[in-house]
Amino acid sequence: MEYASKNKIKHIEDEHDHDHEHDESSIKTFGFWVFLITDLILFATLFATYTVLRTRYNGGPTGEELFEIPIFVAETFILLTSSFTSGLATLGLKRKNPKIVIGWLIVTAILGLAFIGLEITEFTTLVEEGAAISTSAFLSAFYVLVGTHGIHVSAGIIWMASTIIQIARYGITKDTEHKTYIVTLYWHFLDVVWIFIFTVVYLIGVM
Amino acid sequence: MKRISKISLILFLTTLLSACSNADYIVLDPKGPVGQIQANLIWTSVILLASVIVPVLLLFVFIVIRYRDKPGNRAPFKPEWDDNKTLEIIWWGIPILLIGVLGFFTVRDTFVLEEPPSKDVEPMTIQVTSLDWKWLFQYPEQEIATVNYLQIPTDTPINFELTTDAPINSFWVPQLGGQKYTLPGKTLSLWLEAEEEGTYFGTANNFSGKDFTKMKFDVIAKSNDEFQQWVNEVKQSSKPLTLNDYQELSKQSVVGTSEYSTIPADLFEYIVDKNGGQYYRSNNHTASDHDRKQLELSNNE
Amino acid sequence: MLESIKTFAADFFVTGDPLIYGADVSILLVTIAVIFVLTYFKKWNWLWREWLTTVDHKKIGIMYLIASLLMMFRGGVDALLMRTQLAFPNADFLPSDKYNEIFTTHGTIMILFMAMPLMFALFNMVVPLQIGARDVAYPFLNAVSFWAFFFGAMLFNLSFVIGGSPDAGWLSYAPLSEVQFSEGPGQNFYIWGIQISGIGSLASGINFLVTILKMRAPGMKLMKMPLFSWSVLSSCIIIIFAFPILTVTLGLLFVDRFFGASFFTLDGGGNPMYYINLIWMWGHPEVYLVVLPAFGVFSEVVSTFSKKKIFGYKSMVFALLSISLLSFFTWVHHFFTMADYKVDAFFAITTMAIAIPTGVKVFNWMFTMFRGRIQMKPPMLWTLAFIPTFLVGGMTGVMLAVAPADFQYHNSYFLIAHFHQVLIGGVVFGFFSGIYYWWPKIFGFTLNEKLGLWAFWLWNIGFYSTFMPQYALGFMGMPRRSSTYGWDMGWWPLNFVSTIGAFLMGAGFIFQVWQIIYSVRQGKKDTTGDPWDGRTLEWSIPSPPPEYNFAVIPTVEQQDDFWYKKQQGKSMKPTKYKSIHMPKNSGIPFIMGSFWFIAGFGLTFEWVWLGIIGLIGVAVSIVARHLQKERDYYIPAEEVEKTEASIGGAR
Repeated sequence: MEYASKNKIKHIEDEHDHDHEHDESSIKTFGFWVFLITDLILFATLFATYTVLRTRYNGGPTGEELFEIPIFVAETFILLTSSFTSGLATLGLKRKNPKIVIGWLIVTAILGLAFIGLEITEFTTLVEEGAAISTSAFLSAFYVLVGTHGIHVSAGIIWMASTIIQIARYGITKDTEHKTYIVTLYWHFLDVVWIFIFTVVYLIGVM
Repeated sequence: MKRISKISLILFLTTLLSACSNADYIVLDPKGPVGQIQANLIWTSVILLASVIVPVLLLFVFIVIRYRDKPGNRAPFKPEWDDNKTLEIIWWGIPILLIGVLGFFTVRDTFVLEEPPSKDVEPMTIQVTSLDWKWLFQYPEQEIATVNYLQIPTDTPINFELTTDAPINSFWVPQLGGQKYTLPGKTLSLWLEAEEEGTYFGTANNFSGKDFTKMKFDVIAKSNDEFQQWVNEVKQSSKPLTLNDYQELSKQSVVGTSEYSTIPADLFEYIVDKNGGQYYRSNNHTASDHDRKQLELSNNE
Repeated sequence: MLESIKTFAADFFVTGDPLIYGADVSILLVTIAVIFVLTYFKKWNWLWREWLTTVDHKKIGIMYLIASLLMMFRGGVDALLMRTQLAFPNADFLPSDKYNEIFTTHGTIMILFMAMPLMFALFNMVVPLQIGARDVAYPFLNAVSFWAFFFGAMLFNLSFVIGGSPDAGWLSYAPLSEVQFSEGPGQNFYIWGIQISGIGSLASGINFLVTILKMRAPGMKLMKMPLFSWSVLSSCIIIIFAFPILTVTLGLLFVDRFFGASFFTLDGGGNPMYYINLIWMWGHPEVYLVVLPAFGVFSEVVSTFSKKKIFGYKSMVFALLSISLLSFFTWVHHFFTMADYKVDAFFAITTMAIAIPTGVKVFNWMFTMFRGRIQMKPPMLWTLAFIPTFLVGGMTGVMLAVAPADFQYHNSYFLIAHFHQVLIGGVVFGFFSGIYYWWPKIFGFTLNEKLGLWAFWLWNIGFYSTFMPQYALGFMGMPRRSSTYGWDMGWWPLNFVSTIGAFLMGAGFIFQVWQIIYSVRQGKKDTTGDPWDGRTLEWSIPSPPPEYNFAVIPTVEQQDDFWYKKQQGKSMKPTKYKSIHMPKNSGIPFIMGSFWFIAGFGLTFEWVWLGIIGLIGVAVSIVARHLQKERDYYIPAEEVEKTEASIGGAR
């Protein structure tokens, strides 16, 4: 229901204390951190699953036989760089320059796409080599852990695209600033998760 | 309100008290040392807990009657009285103490039940496999097998090695003692012993699909001589269990009882292995020497 | 062509059972009736505007309440069917496969689609009012939660008439729930029904945690917060840490079933025991998170109806939080019979340890009544019924925790009696108490006490006669999930008593429905806003509260602030109004829920195309929300003043 005409809303907004608005954005950020905790537990459960099943090869290939060092190192490098570029985007927020923000967000999203592309090629090669999700419990756990991270990254890219559109349309407002901050926070989180995947799955796998 | 607590109390106590006299309460009427330990522990816990719960219930009834909001009730009324350190210490203390005592008995008996119930008698091994929806019992020392019933000698500790070739189930003979799960790829060991001759009720106790309810079995305990006699009879008059028979048994079906004069070598190990046994090698520490030998064999192959 | 449609329909719809034809007909009739009524009274627009698109926590709470009562009916009918089958030995009223389906849906529905939404109904109805907030932290997300729950529940219930019900038990232990033993869509219904509503529960957990931590009225320090809100906070902490585990567990089970992976399978290196660990790492905290809010209700009710401050407030808070923490360290007690004996010993002790804070709470409730003045109002009756029930349930709980003795109780009727005693005596009685307590606040009228009294006694007598005999049946060796039994074990008399008790509880439920319907028409209006002479903030505003709850956010000085201000004769009525910032209604949560339903339905039948359409729909809904700019509006001060004046009598 519309209670007031546009002018009236403007008028009311002016007399409304601005602490309240700050409050709202801080509430949203806090909630997002809580969400990240739940997502962390989701990944922790998947890591636990991987650890429980990682030696159950069912006579199939082992991690050492499958993982290719150049590919996962490249994936790691790309994702770490994208985390850095998303950080640069938030620096752009401070300067109130939408072009810098959009620019770095686009770079981040492209790096994200490259990461996903590499992961898809990695998976298809593995399947072609006969290491599919149904081959062994180890591979089931591997695909689901790494794949869940990949799905998260893909969702992050879509989310970033939506944020870019909004900055392009409305410039840097409180709303878009908050949205940019949140999406980059998410991106850093995915980066941290990847570092664990890199260590627990790939490094320990090839050792 | 009074009525409610009274009803609850009376119903619960009569339930428990009548349990002593009635032979239908098989859990409380054990016929072997393992079941006896557990029944004792049940009674210990009931008495310990009731010694706290019953006074608390009475106190509750007293409070509800005494402080009802009725005109002319002269009981003290102190709406701001909300804190008393001594009282709080008492009722943090009571449960802690209670749990401490009960915890001691629990841990003690948990460790006791891991050991054979009678140490001076040579134990016997029976390998139990739960199938859909029947039980296969193999006697590795006698090299015979039965389906859906067990025959055991009295006064002999029996090491039941449990596994499954179907969904997870549970092997339970209440009058001999508590149950354990039958797990795929893994053997759990359960010690039971019968001190009296008799036929005891045994049941599957973890839901495993359509005809789970029909997985009942009798455990017939007889003297050692009669047991040997039965073994000899089975050896002479029954047909052998072949791998084909086993494949047939492991299909989903309900069957009656039967017995087999011989068992295929390593059938039990084969069942364990095919469901992921290789991943639990280190867990096979409970297996008897006989098994260990067989495991070595299968490892060398 | 016609033939293929026929075979499809025969596979798609469950056929050949009079129960199910009955359900088909009643579903059809109810649908037609609802459509007719809505059309005839021209209420479609009203339904959409006021309910389906609402983000108002009070309305969402009401929708949760209605849904959970419907689910209680369904789960209750399941229970009565089971008890009918077990009333006599060798009965064939329900063949074993039907019986297996019915106990599976009974358990799943009662815990996940009855207890959980009833709990969320109370969260929504009470928490913002009690802490002096205008709404929850994320009103939109709150609506998303509700519709996710609703469509998840609908999906699960659909399995009764389409495709076939799941039949592997309420926790669907692997490997029984794997394709090898449970082909067909039944198990997928289970996975997706719970998964979708689980997303809603997780979001609600985050939502209420943030609401309580960030939206309290000025001056309401955490240690001045009412205990119900504390219990909700403790419960939300459990949700946040436990529900992601459920999401993963069900996800892995589905990956096993759909992609042929081997997480929990017998072959391929799978580990079914790991499933049991995972599901209980969620499942045990789950039962504690539903009982904690009931504890919160008892704390409020005991204090209000004893006319006395709650005894040992700090102890109560500490007990709540320690239960939250301990609930994560007891899961193994659900399978002492599977674990190593040293592990058993450890978890036996941690399980018993939970009895300590729980026992303390009971003492504190009793000493709140001690030196008080106990008023036998309906909410208090349920609380008083709870205490002895829970004492006995708690006692049998500790008995079960004694690991070596548990080998004799495990999966027997003793266990069934125990958990029904704590879930009905604790959770259901607690939520009933809460519903009776806050009903006038939310609906603005009181419920008929006489009918309520009938319901109360039927429930209680029914409860004891159903479950006390089941303890005894446990000692007689009767396994749970037995679809029938013979004459030989002497199980008949007690089973028969148990069945009679179950029908008494069913009658109690009917009285409650009658009570509600009767009171909607005849109930006394609550013009005071404070019908019980309450102590906390929710009683300081009119019943039912206006959409913005508090015209002016109150400032709190102490615990039970409203009570003391009442005592001092201080009015909490505001004098000057400001414009109020409110969230706009949105159709997106409903639409997103519908897409979840489509996705879940497609994946259940493994129709990938439909699943993908549904998931894309969900994604588009989320992006649409992200792109949305005008999400809120202001109610001008004059408008607030006018509303307050028109309901002004209520104070």
